[in-house]
Amino acid sequence: MTRKKTNWIITVLLILGSLFILFPIYLAITIAFKTPPEMAGNLLVLPKSWSFDNFKQAIEMTNFFNAFKNSFFITFFVVIFTVLTNSLVAYAIARNLHKKFYKTLYFYFLSAMFIPFPIIMLPLVKQTSAWGMDNLVGLIVLYVVFNLSFNVFIYIGYIRSIPVELEEAAIIDGASTWGVFWKVIFPLLAPMNATVAIITCLGAWNDFMLPLVLLSDQSMATLPLVQYIFQSQFSTDYNLAFASYLMALAPMILVYVFAQKWIISGVMRGSIK
Amino acid sequence: MKKNHVFMAIALPALALFFIFHTYPALQGIFYSFTDWKGYGSWNFVGVKNYLNVFKDNRAGAAYIFTFQFAIVTTIVVNIISLLIAIGLNSKIKFRKTLRAIYFLPYILSILIIGFIFNFIFAHFLPQIGTVLGSELLSKNILGDPNLAWIGIVIVAVWQGVAFNTLIYLAGLVTISEDLYEAASIDGAGIWTKFWKITFPMIAPFFTINMVLSMKNYLMVFDQIVAMTGGGPGKSTESISLLIYRGGFEGGQFAYQSANAVVYFVVIVIISIIQLKILNRREAAN
Repeated sequence: MTRKKTNWIITVLLILGSLFILFPIYLAITIAFKTPPEMAGNLLVLPKSWSFDNFKQAIEMTNFFNAFKNSFFITFFVVIFTVLTNSLVAYAIARNLHKKFYKTLYFYFLSAMFIPFPIIMLPLVKQTSAWGMDNLVGLIVLYVVFNLSFNVFIYIGYIRSIPVELEEAAIIDGASTWGVFWKVIFPLLAPMNATVAIITCLGAWNDFMLPLVLLSDQSMATLPLVQYIFQSQFSTDYNLAFASYLMALAPMILVYVFAQKWIISGVMRGSIK
Repeated sequence: MKKNHVFMAIALPALALFFIFHTYPALQGIFYSFTDWKGYGSWNFVGVKNYLNVFKDNRAGAAYIFTFQFAIVTTIVVNIISLLIAIGLNSKIKFRKTLRAIYFLPYILSILIIGFIFNFIFAHFLPQIGTVLGSELLSKNILGDPNLAWIGIVIVAVWQGVAFNTLIYLAGLVTISEDLYEAASIDGAGIWTKFWKITFPMIAPFFTINMVLSMKNYLMVFDQIVAMTGGGPGKSTESISLLIYRGGFEGGQFAYQSANAVVYFVVIVIISIIQLKILNRREAAN
C-alpha cells in the first residue's frame, strides 16, 4: 500500500462539521454560567464570571443528588444483573440450539425486538403498579428482562465462536456445567460483556419513557425525568435550567472523555455482530 | 444435576420472566383492544369498534401522517449525512481519533435533554441571529409554526442519530481494501464510479442495518417531541407514541389506544419486512 498524503480539504470540512456537534454543548455550558441579565445580550459570548450560583440553586431546587442517586442505583444494578444473567441465558440457548425448545426460545426473544414499547406500555403500567413494582427495583427488573431480547442475540453470535473443546477439557477435570460457565466461558466473553455493559449503561442512564410511565413517586425520579418534571418551574430561567441539564449530562460526558476509545469500539462490536 | 437440567433451570426462569413482563402485557393490550375499558371501572366487549374508530379518527390519522413523514425524512437525511461523515473519517485525515470521538458524542447523551437544549436554540438563539441578519425566516421560532415545527424535530433527531449510523458505516468502510480503489484508479474510474461500483456494494449490509434500525426508531419517536413541542402547536407534531401515551394515561382511552397500538405494531412489522425484502434483494443483485 502506498502512503497517501493527508487530505486537508476533508480534514477541514470534518472540523467545520464537528462545530455543529459541539455548538449546542458550548451553548449549554456558557448559558449555565450566565445570569438572567446577560441573556439579553449576544448569546455567543462567554459569561462575565464563572460563578457556580446557578448550579447551587439548581441542585437545591431539583434535589439533584437524590435524582443522581436514583439514576446511579438503577444503572449500576441493571448493568451488573444484565451482564450476569443475560450471558448465562444466552449460553444455555447457544449450546442447545440444535434442540427445538431452545431454538424456539431464541426466535421468541429475537422477535420481541420488533415489538415497539408503546404496545406493551399501557397494560404493563397497570400490571406493575398492581404488583407494587412502580419503583426503582421494579424498573431494574424490567430493564434486565427486556434487555434479554437484544443481548441474547449478540451474545449467542459470540458464544458460538468459542470452541466446545475448551468446555470439554474443563468437564473432564470435574467441573460442573455451572462451573464451566463461570470459570471458562464467562471470562472468555469479556469483550462482549464490555459491549453489553456499555450499551446497557447508556440505555438505563438516558432512558426517559419507562421511568416516566412507571414511577409513581417524584422522589424516585431519575435525572432525565427530573428535567421534565421541573420544566414548568424553570419557566424562563434558562440559566437555572441549563445548569440543571448540564449536571445531568456531565456524568456520561466525563465517562466518555476518559473511555471514548473503549466505548466506541464496544458499541461497534455489538452492532456489527 | 445433569447438564440438561442445568440448562433448563437457566432457560425456564428467563422464559417465564420475559413472558410475564413482555408477552403477557402485549396479549392483555390485544385483549383490551376489543373492549371499552377506560383504564378503570367496568368494561364490555365491543368487537372491532375501536379498530374502526382508529381508522376514522382524524387525530390518529394526523399522528400517523406526521410520524411517517418525520420517520422517512429523518431516516434519509441521517443516512446521507452519516455516510458522508463516515467516508470522510475513513480517508487520510488529521485528528481522526478526535474527530471520530466528537461525531460519536451525541450517541451517549440523553435525547430528552438535548431536545430541551435545541428547544432553546430554536426559540431564542436562532431568532437572535435572524434579527441581526435581518432574515425573516430565522427570526421566528419554527417550533411555534404548525407547518414548520416538524423540521425542528427532524434537526434534533438528525443531530443525534448521525452518531450511531456513522459508526456502523465506518465499521463497513474499514473492511474495504485500499487495493480495490487503486485498481479502479488504474482503470480510470472517477470518484463517483468508485463510490457506486466499490464503496456502496461493499457496505450494502451496513446500509440495510442502518435503514431498518433508523426507520424503526424514528417511527417510535417520543422523547424529542416531549422536549421540543409537546406535540404542538395544536396537534401538528403529535407522534403515534405520544398519542398512545396521552390518550391511554391522561384521556381515559385505554382500550381505544390499545387498538391503536396494535395497528401501530402491525404497521411497524410490515415496514420492517418490506425494507428487509427490498434491501436484501438489492444486495443480492449487487
